[in-house]
Amino acid sequence: MELDFTETERAFRQEVRDFLAQNLPDDLRRKMIERRHLGKEDIVRWQRILNARGWATPAWPVDHGGQPWTPAQRYIFQEEMALAHAPEPLPFNVNMIGPIICRFGTDAQKRRFLARIANLDDWWCQGFSEPGAGSDLASLKTRAERDGDHYVINGQKIWTTQAQHADWMFALVRTDASGRKQEGITFLLIDMRTPGITVRPIETIDGEHDANEVFFDDVRVPVENRIGEEGKGWTYAKHLLRSERSGIARIGLSKERLIQLRRLEEELSEKGVLSPRERERLRRALAEVEVELRALELTQLRVVAADSQGHPAPAAASILKLKGTEIQQRMTELVLELAGPAGLAMPQAGIEPAEEDGWIEAAAPFYFNMRKVSIFGGSNEIQKNIIAKTVLGL
Amino acid sequence: MLGESVERFVAERYDFETRLRIAREGEGWSRAIWQEMAELGLLALPFAAEDGGFGGTGVETMIVMEALGRALVLEPYFSTVVLAGGALRIAGSAGQRQARVGRIAAGEHLMALAHYEPGAPRHFLAPATAAKRDGEGWRVTGRKIAVIHGASANEFVVSAATDAGTALFIVPADAGGITIAARRGYDGVPVAEVAFDSTPVGAEALLGAPGEGETILGRLFDEANAALAAEAVGIMADTVNLTTEYLKTRVQFGVPIGSFQALQHRAVDMLVQLELARSMAILAALSLGQPDEVRHRNIAAAKAQIGRSGRVIGQQAVQLHGAIGITAEYKVGHAFKRLTAIDALFGDADHHIDFLAERGGLLATA
Repeated sequence: MELDFTETERAFRQEVRDFLAQNLPDDLRRKMIERRHLGKEDIVRWQRILNARGWATPAWPVDHGGQPWTPAQRYIFQEEMALAHAPEPLPFNVNMIGPIICRFGTDAQKRRFLARIANLDDWWCQGFSEPGAGSDLASLKTRAERDGDHYVINGQKIWTTQAQHADWMFALVRTDASGRKQEGITFLLIDMRTPGITVRPIETIDGEHDANEVFFDDVRVPVENRIGEEGKGWTYAKHLLRSERSGIARIGLSKERLIQLRRLEEELSEKGVLSPRERERLRRALAEVEVELRALELTQLRVVAADSQGHPAPAAASILKLKGTEIQQRMTELVLELAGPAGLAMPQAGIEPAEEDGWIEAAAPFYFNMRKVSIFGGSNEIQKNIIAKTVLGL
Repeated sequence: MLGESVERFVAERYDFETRLRIAREGEGWSRAIWQEMAELGLLALPFAAEDGGFGGTGVETMIVMEALGRALVLEPYFSTVVLAGGALRIAGSAGQRQARVGRIAAGEHLMALAHYEPGAPRHFLAPATAAKRDGEGWRVTGRKIAVIHGASANEFVVSAATDAGTALFIVPADAGGITIAARRGYDGVPVAEVAFDSTPVGAEALLGAPGEGETILGRLFDEANAALAAEAVGIMADTVNLTTEYLKTRVQFGVPIGSFQALQHRAVDMLVQLELARSMAILAALSLGQPDEVRHRNIAAAKAQIGRSGRVIGQQAVQLHGAIGITAEYKVGHAFKRLTAIDALFGDADHHIDFLAERGGLLATA
């Protein structure tokens, strides 16, 4: 770990900064600053701009479209993205299924999917959770029965984020119920246009429709869409979950949020919205959370450095997820408190808030929305179980 | 290499039984152990090669302090080598350094920083102790408390107010008008109250110029806090280990208590705090070579994290051990007390959070 960036790294920072200044569309930047909901079109548009530069999938292996960046460069990229208020590329594509296909996919699957994943030509969703399989994910029951060159899928997934936008789903299905529950799980890629798939929206407490139920009724999936071996899906899923968890720490997002909170602290104090005592309290709260955020960021750098030297830290992803989500939730609390009663009115179609007030109506939905982060990706209690077992040996 | 040798040293020579015995006897620390540390070269480590040291950086000090922390070492490494030695390195003239570094490195000369005062803010740079001109020299009058290893010191580095502002003086412990009262710190580390009553001090005793004292102390306290952060990480790592082992071996209701999820989750909370603290101790050590503003903010953040982490780990370790955790013959309680003392020294977590809040945080320095 070095604190001083080299000349090359400083030049890289400038290159990233210039690129973002020139290429991040203003309307997207504003939505990000105001914490408003990004639509599918927003995310696709931005990921394609990044991908054209080769920066949508920097962490992938270089021969699959990744960048040969050092840990310091990855850190710089993440930080500059946050400082520029740039949205992150779609995690389902970039952090989850992409790396799995790079590592475990066949050559045919790589040719067919990877470029489209990077360019967001295909929007992917994650078919893991089921009504009876949440924290106990391995107890999933959605069945896949072999019928010639196809699997026939019957069952149900739930909490499927943005399934309504999805072209494809990566899913865990049960091909064998006779052994241990972790065995007999198979990892499949499912075309969402296949007959027999029904997507039903679930409205969440933030008033948004991000989550869905997905039903499978005799859905036929070609065997060639299987990742790796039949019955070994749990192994691939664990890889994916680790990568998902590291991503959930979202340190860049929290940094960006911190910058925004500092700006609000200043503006609201000047307007007299915040009393001197409230301002002092907020400043202390921001300093507290920033210290933890910095500690977490450095911990992530240590993990990356150890990993690149061939000493992967056990359960590091769980530690990052645990603390990263606590910090994200703390930030949303602080913004919610700043909004006060002005934040009661929900966003409404056709009513556009004044530019400087956009954050107010977004504060409560964002606060309610972010309660999910300590639940999904393996609840924080599950992460503690994992750490207790793998690191502490309890 | 350094890490291995100092870790082997504490593992072989400083088990917890030894530490308990040393704490009870004589001065509350062992001159024999101190000699061994001198022979290992540890006492020369951070001093410049030209003064007879090894030119170690903050990283080497971090490695040593972490190992000393694991064993809760009571010898005056922090007071002599880090604190008073730090003042010498930062502000000492060539003559002042050369007269002392060799003897410090050989384990023959002990120095202590006399800065804290009764009735003063918990942490400050400008002391009330006064130094008045007296011919070519000075006379120092005032009371100092929490002088770490003060009763064993051959010389004090004393902070005092002059007409030109705060200054630092090197004062021999046997100079006139000095009264020393030895006290035992709750963490086992000896402290002393030192009163100066018109103590005569020569012109050559001045460390830096009058008025430079606060700048020197500001730098010195950053170094001190980086070292304490590393010591705390050593203590925390050892404490997390001890606690985890205890959870695996203590049987109640017919099973190891570590099989209970409520306790597992607390142990995980401790581990997470340890990792955050370790990251910040590394940041602190690496920041010592950074420009003043960056260094100062980073180390403030590190000390704040150390304080928060130390409290969680110390309290939880005692709780998870149950009654054994509050007995004086068991290590965990002593680790808890040293972590508590480390938070109190050179600005506690709240102090550093306040500082960062006033400065608009860290981000600008990142």
